Parts: sequence; structure tokens; C-alpha cells
Amino acid sequence: MFRRASRLLARTTTASTWRRSRAFSTDVPATPAQDPNFIDSWKKVIPNLDPPKTPASFMTPRPVTPSSIPSKITVNFVLPYASELSSKEVDMVIVPATTGQMGVLPGHVPTIAELKPGILSVHEGNDVTKYFLSSGFALIHANSVADIIAVEAVPVDRIDPGLVQKGLAEFTQKLGSAITDLEKAEAQIGIDVHSAMNSAITG
Amino acid sequence: MASNGAVPFWRAAGMTYITYSNICANLVRNCLKEPYKTEALTREKVHFSISKWTEGKPEKPTIRSDSPEE
Repeated sequence: MFRRASRLLARTTTASTWRRSRAFSTDVPATPAQDPNFIDSWKKVIPNLDPPKTPASFMTPRPVTPSSIPSKITVNFVLPYASELSSKEVDMVIVPATTGQMGVLPGHVPTIAELKPGILSVHEGNDVTKYFLSSGFALIHANSVADIIAVEAVPVDRIDPGLVQKGLAEFTQKLGSAITDLEKAEAQIGIDVHSAMNSAITG
Repeated sequence: MASNGAVPFWRAAGMTYITYSNICANLVRNCLKEPYKTEALTREKVHFSISKWTEGKPEKPTIRSDSPEE
């Protein structure tokens, strides 16, 4: 019984040392824009016409994972109605993840982070641009590309402090009078978002 | 790995992430200064009509709209 177990263990360790059964998505090389096999077989059968363009040839190829750490990260900051930053090269971004403010530098480990309402700051040389995000996700890839997606993002100076205070008071009062779980959750969300906006304006 | 523990409070109350995210976005939009507030609210206006189909025929459609019916 134990001899078989040791043979199984030996088999799995030797398999993992020379080959992973499934490659990580970050190790996959950039996909070619056109499939060479398809083009060859097309040319054999129909040499006079050009091969048709596939959707892949219209897309910009995925940036390759460089072997050395690049000097800047490429940020794509998108909202449902607009693309705030599109492939902008910056030195650092600080994203408001649910686990706290997370600084992303070039060469950051690939991460998927859920964002809480808070401030996103983009650092480029000596310029810092700050946006207040309502919520969203930040995807950081191995090739130092950061995709930040949010539903609503505004520069901090567009927030009205009076309305924030009013909202905070209103939701604190709603939390006190809430009965069902759903009402309590909604009131709690209101308090979280308004206090985040408050600290964004003042901090 | 937390399987049942450590869910966010809104998930525990039965809310989905999309609902949570839309509520957060609406709250942020309502706290903007003019004219950005009116821009954001007009951008997010929706107007659509839904009709359920039973036995191959549509029933009376319901209209969901942010603009009052004139």
C-alpha cells in the first residue's frame, strides 16, 4: 500500500519538474495576428485572392511580458461612458483596494483587486492626478499593464462638500431606523460612500 | 480560504455586486457640483419599454422611464 503511494508521489513530482500540465496565462506568448497555417492552406487552394482578415488581425496584439522590469506602467482607466486614460505610461498608481490603498509600480505581481469607494492617484514624474472612484476593479498584468475599471469616477474638486455632509447625516439616520437586512445594507453603503467622499475632500 | 465567512455585508444581505456598484455610483453622482451633476444625471437617464410574451403573443408593454410622460 505504501509502496504504491510512494510511486504515485514520485510520478507527480517528476511530471511537475519538467512540465506544467497547464501554463499560466501570464506565460503565454503574444498571439500572432494571423494564423500562418491558415494562410498557407488558403494560398494553396486559392492563390489569386488575398486571405480574409480574421478578427485577431484587427486587434492590437497583447504586449509581451518583458524579461526585465520596465520603467513605467501602462494604465488603462476606463468608465462605462468614457475612457479616462488609455495606454498612458506612468510611474505609479495608487488604487483604493478593499484591503487598503495599494501602490502599483512597474513589475508588480499580477493582481486582481476589488476596489472600494476611494481615491485613485496617478503619479507621473511630479504630477499627481486624483480621481474619486465609486467602486470597480483593478487588474494588474505581468507585462506591467494596469486596467482600472470603475462605474463612476470624478476629479476630487467636483464633489460638493455640503451635499456630502447632508448625505452622511441622512444615511446615519437611516441606519438607525432600518429594520430589514437590505435596508441596513443600503444605509451602510450610503455611510461608507459618503465618509469616503468626506475624507477625499478633506484629506 | 474563506468559503462562507468573510462575505461583504451587502452580499450577506442578499445584494449582488452589480446592485452594490450601481448604488455607490448613484450616491457619488448625487453629490457632485453643478453643472457636473446635471450632466451625470442626464447621461444616466434610461427610457425603455418591456413586454412579456405568453403563448407567442406579447402582453401590454410597461414603460420604464426617468423622463415624465408628456
